[in-house]
Amino acid sequence: MTTTPAALADRSDFAVIGRLVAPGSRVLDLGCGEGELLAWLKQHKNVTARGVEISPTQVRHAIARGVSAFQGDLNEGLADFPDGVFDYVILSQTLQEIRDPVRVIHDMLRVGKHAIVSFPNFGHWHVRRTMLFRGRSPRTRAFPYEWYETPNIHFLSVSDFETLAAQEKFVVEHREFLTGQRRIGLLPNLRAEVAVFLLTR
Amino acid sequence: MTVTCPVQTQVVRFDGIDLDNGARIAPVEAAYESYGTLNAEGSNAILITHAFSGDAHAAGISEETGKPGWWDNSIGPGLAFDTDKYFVFCSNILGGCQGTTGPSSIDPKTGSPWGMSFPAVTVGDMVRLQKMLAEHLGIRQLLAVAGGSMGGMQVLEWAVSYPDSVRAAIVIASTARHSAQQIAFNEVGRQAILADPDWNGGDYYSGNPPARGLAVARMVGHITYMSDGSMREKFGRRRKGKSTTSLDLEPEFEVESYLRYRGHQFVTRFDANSYIYITKAMDTFDLSEGRESLSAAFRDVTTRFLVISFTSDWLYPSYQAQEIVRTLRRRNHDVAYCELPSTYGHDAFLVDIADQTELIRGFLASTAAEIE
Repeated sequence: MTTTPAALADRSDFAVIGRLVAPGSRVLDLGCGEGELLAWLKQHKNVTARGVEISPTQVRHAIARGVSAFQGDLNEGLADFPDGVFDYVILSQTLQEIRDPVRVIHDMLRVGKHAIVSFPNFGHWHVRRTMLFRGRSPRTRAFPYEWYETPNIHFLSVSDFETLAAQEKFVVEHREFLTGQRRIGLLPNLRAEVAVFLLTR
Repeated sequence: MTVTCPVQTQVVRFDGIDLDNGARIAPVEAAYESYGTLNAEGSNAILITHAFSGDAHAAGISEETGKPGWWDNSIGPGLAFDTDKYFVFCSNILGGCQGTTGPSSIDPKTGSPWGMSFPAVTVGDMVRLQKMLAEHLGIRQLLAVAGGSMGGMQVLEWAVSYPDSVRAAIVIASTARHSAQQIAFNEVGRQAILADPDWNGGDYYSGNPPARGLAVARMVGHITYMSDGSMREKFGRRRKGKSTTSLDLEPEFEVESYLRYRGHQFVTRFDANSYIYITKAMDTFDLSEGRESLSAAFRDVTTRFLVISFTSDWLYPSYQAQEIVRTLRRRNHDVAYCELPSTYGHDAFLVDIADQTELIRGFLASTAAEIE
């Protein structure tokens, strides 16, 4: 068991993903940003790392970090990737930003043996409290944006995702719920800020 | 501030080279320069492949001319191609006119310049001569081959023809094959030369070179290397002197005198027949030719790729780079790609180099780390 990647502490789900990925595996990170997670996985898990990112500035930083990233739009799909060439395809806190998340997850499971999906939980009680008592669009740690500047276009809860997984027949191999760095056991739909699912077909 | 030692172009002579079309040039000479030191394992060598009108003088100050190399902002201590870490070399292409055998060289059979009797050369032939040079220098595997524009075509050819000899390929502002538009601009350049009576069927070495035709060809070229934005910024509608109402054929706008200046300057350093041979090699280059597809060309490739394009480059638009990237990805090859924002058009890879430097530096460092 590796220790929590300290360099990734600002993104709680990275630590979980870092533990889930097997050493020496082939990893594709969708929306890889500046390649922080992939660089860590390369260094500590000796993975073969690939990344896709839409922002040219972030792609540039990722490549400068030594990560084989390329500029691309997830909404255009993963059509260019052959079947089954990755062990893990990661979608870290990006699911809520893409137009057709269901198609993307199916595509992830086509090109990879496993999919790792993490997202901020809209069922968290901070969100519910803001809506209930203030009647305002929630701004919380997991949802830090004003309604007019948020990149999020879907708002889903842990329960929503469980329902989708059952409906689409994604096999959930592992699930982990977090508030900050702390793991949540009971009542995740109410108490988790971030959810991480390990899926397979 | 680093002290730059003057660099000298070397020439190495080989017995001969067999060309794609079955002809043989014997003997053949390759002009090259090198910077930095080859390590004991011979594992830190980077070949720089030059663009259409480039030469072996890629970096440093030439002992002969006192001028800096064409990529002096990218090759040197601490730069993109860091000569404190890597042994970097660059050679003039086959068919060129800056020290490597080309149409202006003497044909040993006749004792006169080859002219248009020089055999047609391809990008594959150019790369074959570079491979001979690399072996001559004692390099079995290159850490990287890197180049922009036509240099990028040579990089692609290296990765496909000698997959075991290249660890990493850096393809900048380039394509796997010319589009109709790219061929069209080259054809205008060639026709400008052919229309000059001094061209004389390519036999002008004892008289006047086709200077007017070659200068016009270069003027067209320079327009395609810039962008609407960069020309607006650099020249706008600024005039040389007072504006007049009479028709004046002397350069009136700054952009006109710039193009004329670049055209005339080009004539002093470039051979018109080389212009024809090299543009033909670019136009006929097609990585998929003789194979069922572009994808098939990349089948045995083991090289890592870094592909770069620029937003304002309309001569080598990003879709051409993306075709290379998509094809490599379909084969599950290791490819990094970035479209860099720039207003400098095709020239960006030579002048707008800050972001490009960051990309190349990181890519090379991670490639070198894989070897260790």
